[in-house]
Amino acid sequence: MRAATSASPPAGTAPEPAGDERRRRPGFTKLMTIGVLGFFLVMLVGVVGSVLLSSIATRWLNTWLPEGFTVSWFSAAWAEFGLTQVLLVTFQVAISVLVVTLVIAIPAAYVLARQDFPAKRLLTVLFLLPVVVPTITYGVPLATLLYKLQLAQTLPGVILINLVPSVPFAILILIPFVEQVDESLEKAARIFGAPSWQVFARVVLPLLAPGIIATGILLLVRTIALFDLTFLVAGPTTQTLVVKLFYAVSAAGFRSPQSIDAMAVMYMATNVVLLAVAFKFINPSRIVGGGAH
Amino acid sequence: MRPRLPTHSSGGSARSVADVADEVQGTVRTDAPDSNSLDERDRQFRELRLDGVTRAFGTTDALRDFTITIRGGEFVAFLGPSGSGKSTALNCLSGLLPLTSGEIWLDDRRIDTLPPERRGFAMVFQNYALFPHLDVRRNVGFGLRMRKVPKPETARRVAEALALVQLSHKAESHPAQLSGGEQQRVAIARAIVCEPPLVLMDEPLSNLDAKLRLEMRTEIRRLHQDLGLTTVYVTHDQHEALSLADRIVILRRGVVEQVGVPSEVYTEPQTDFVAGFIGYRNALPGNVVEGHGRRTNVAVGDLQLVGTSPAAMPPGGNAVVRIRPDDLVVRHGGDGPNQIPLKVEVVEYGGREFVVEGVTPGGQRLYFTASEALRPGDSVTVAVDPEQVRVFPPTEEGR
Amino acid sequence: MATGTAAPPAALPPLSKRLAEKGVTPRLLLLLPAVVFALGLFVYPFLYGLGLSFTTGSASPWSNYQEFFSDPYLRGTIWLTVRLAVPAVLIILVAAMPLALAMRGAGRAKQAITVILLFPITLGTVLLSRGLLNFLGPAGWVNRFLLDTGLIDQPIQLTYNYWGVLFAIIITDFPLVFLLLLSYAGGIDPTYERAAAVFGASARQRFFRVTLPLFAPGLAITTSLAFVLAFGTFPSALLLGEPAGSTRTMGVAAYSEAFQQFDYPMAATVAMLMAGLELLVIVLILGLRSRLAPTVSSGRKG
Repeated sequence: MRAATSASPPAGTAPEPAGDERRRRPGFTKLMTIGVLGFFLVMLVGVVGSVLLSSIATRWLNTWLPEGFTVSWFSAAWAEFGLTQVLLVTFQVAISVLVVTLVIAIPAAYVLARQDFPAKRLLTVLFLLPVVVPTITYGVPLATLLYKLQLAQTLPGVILINLVPSVPFAILILIPFVEQVDESLEKAARIFGAPSWQVFARVVLPLLAPGIIATGILLLVRTIALFDLTFLVAGPTTQTLVVKLFYAVSAAGFRSPQSIDAMAVMYMATNVVLLAVAFKFINPSRIVGGGAH
Repeated sequence: MRPRLPTHSSGGSARSVADVADEVQGTVRTDAPDSNSLDERDRQFRELRLDGVTRAFGTTDALRDFTITIRGGEFVAFLGPSGSGKSTALNCLSGLLPLTSGEIWLDDRRIDTLPPERRGFAMVFQNYALFPHLDVRRNVGFGLRMRKVPKPETARRVAEALALVQLSHKAESHPAQLSGGEQQRVAIARAIVCEPPLVLMDEPLSNLDAKLRLEMRTEIRRLHQDLGLTTVYVTHDQHEALSLADRIVILRRGVVEQVGVPSEVYTEPQTDFVAGFIGYRNALPGNVVEGHGRRTNVAVGDLQLVGTSPAAMPPGGNAVVRIRPDDLVVRHGGDGPNQIPLKVEVVEYGGREFVVEGVTPGGQRLYFTASEALRPGDSVTVAVDPEQVRVFPPTEEGR
Repeated sequence: MATGTAAPPAALPPLSKRLAEKGVTPRLLLLLPAVVFALGLFVYPFLYGLGLSFTTGSASPWSNYQEFFSDPYLRGTIWLTVRLAVPAVLIILVAAMPLALAMRGAGRAKQAITVILLFPITLGTVLLSRGLLNFLGPAGWVNRFLLDTGLIDQPIQLTYNYWGVLFAIIITDFPLVFLLLLSYAGGIDPTYERAAAVFGASARQRFFRVTLPLFAPGLAITTSLAFVLAFGTFPSALLLGEPAGSTRTMGVAAYSEAFQQFDYPMAATVAMLMAGLELLVIVLILGLRSRLAPTVSSGRKG
């Protein structure tokens, strides 16, 4: 056994030394874990904390903490950035993307989870390709095309480009949920007299509901946070919150940092609330393999 | 409405769930609304014919040329190991699996072209397949709802079916709140409440523990006696098949090996495979020495055995001798045919008796039961009646 | 009712029956919307971009690509992208792998840690960039801490350069990598490691002979996806880096060619090269994975 082990040591690559080390000295695992967690926590508190504090600071220059606190920046940001219009656009886009995506993705995920057919692999790859390609690689040609078709800078254009990563994402999440619905339930429903659409409406959809809700909320979060693609086609009247935030940050010199941060906090709060709701329905660690609880 | 036809004798006469539920509850029904006439008519079919039913998966036949006629009210068990085609046959009957060729007829209606939801059958699944989002009442009423039975009647019939399986008090529960046995009762109630022409049962007891399995077996038998619903029951357990069925169909690799009533199958297996499956545990390969009709003499090593074969066998051919452990009796002296000297190797305590493994001088292993405590190393002689020594041509492996 | 009166329907035509045997049933029509979507919004635009990259004023269809590789400013974006992506992905993997293995199984603490690690997903790149500008900036808490403790005399420059973008990539992509690895790690039954221990394998042997081969498929896929994310780095490169200098990634170049220079063919060329480079990386990773664990086809079911 020893001979066999030493005969073919696996080729060394970057992640291995960590594993190697931590196994040789058991304490290393713990140190590594605590180190990574600690670093992460510091970054998180630093990033979120500085934005939060800044958004309620009166003035904050070269000190540990601001000089005083105020909530006036929120109303200032609201007026300054025209957030009524921006939020309206954001939610119009998010809801439209949500509905269209679910209508496309639920039937597709159902068939992909349930049935074998020729070219299934090819279709699966086709559906999931947008997830494994950098957004810019298809975003730039698609945006160019949308400009050519006069769809850019319009609401439909923003919605269309947002669908590209959303549909594969939804299919990917929904497939394990469908697989969790025991197929014999569908068989039972059919034998007891339910035609196909009744099977879908009375058995599949109710049992899929938690998965659909979780997917829906994750879609909302994603669409609200999706910057790259929206940025490429958004026009002056069709900027979503995150694009507005980008422009504000990239032109930071012209705006007071506090009002930018106030907008950032509003954006952050929306997403945190939505995600907290989503995690009520889905175990984050099981998204890839397992589906729901 | 077609007049009620007498059903198969051992199945008892067909009665509605309501009638039987009344008896169980000890009430007498004064009014007898006859609103379920459609089901009544369907239920009273004379025969269900499977004609040359074949199902291929790729190039292999999971079920080949399956032909059988099931009489109304009969309880038929499809028995076989996994891969024998018994579940394929059930799925073809249910409509979940399209046939590759062949036809299924319910009296004068061809049904193999109908989708499952239009066959009007019911099924009890191995994993129960209760709808987790519906309570017990809605689960049981699902089939009636799909068949657009009016609500008051649905409520009444569901209540009766639940009374019949003694689960009236669980009507509001959800499947997850029930024990395995209760879930299976709900599944059975869901099947019988429709009073379907045919109830399909797919290994319904295999997920239960040993004690519950026995209880539910009796329960299923009782329900069949009371209601007389035609039933096809798939199992790999010969005890279930023998105790429940009016007729047993034994399948092997997609082909029927034998069809018969339980006692026939038990005492007169027609092939080596059936014998092995039904409890003839000892298998001794040998050669036919001579045959007189069905009486066949076989040489197994240096042993000479006299046995019975299903048909005359030519001398010199290969043969397999099958004997049940129970049929081998320990002899102290005396003579007669089929005396087998054995050296005891392993003794297992089995409650009322001992299960013993012994070896003949020629090296053949035999299992037998003994009422006395034997010890490893003991020499004994066992004997067996030639009627209980079954001789078969060997099972072909290539099929 | 249907079951009561139906006359024997005609036999199915053999063709539909044969197709049904192969799984081609009417139910496949449910895929139609998704197919239309994929062709219309992904395949067609991609092919359009490919065509655009060969649309040139000169005779050679390759002249856009020739121009890309002859212009040091454009050619250099490849190196600048790799220089950011490779260290970022390696750092993320080294940090996330032991953590994912340690976080296997249930437990309140583990769940809490998982949630904390996943929190940055809610933030998105733009907000993170904004926060990092505050936090790592010359007047931010990091520099303040280093100055107050006397570790440095002058604020160190962590924003508007390579380091800011590297930090941003690590923090944005870590949660997703961790999430993926966690679900793959969850699929590895710890019984195998215990069994190996019972049969005398040392901790090191257990890791290399049992855990890593079972982990390899998931690790390969995760690494590929991490590269996709790191390659696509775009808003943080604009906000936290020097979009005209050290952090001019291919993504930035493609964007600026299209929407600042209005040279759509060159933008498409950069995009196609990005896709090609990404493909190359994935092929390399999968090749490495089969060398790492040649005998294991998959650590997870399905």
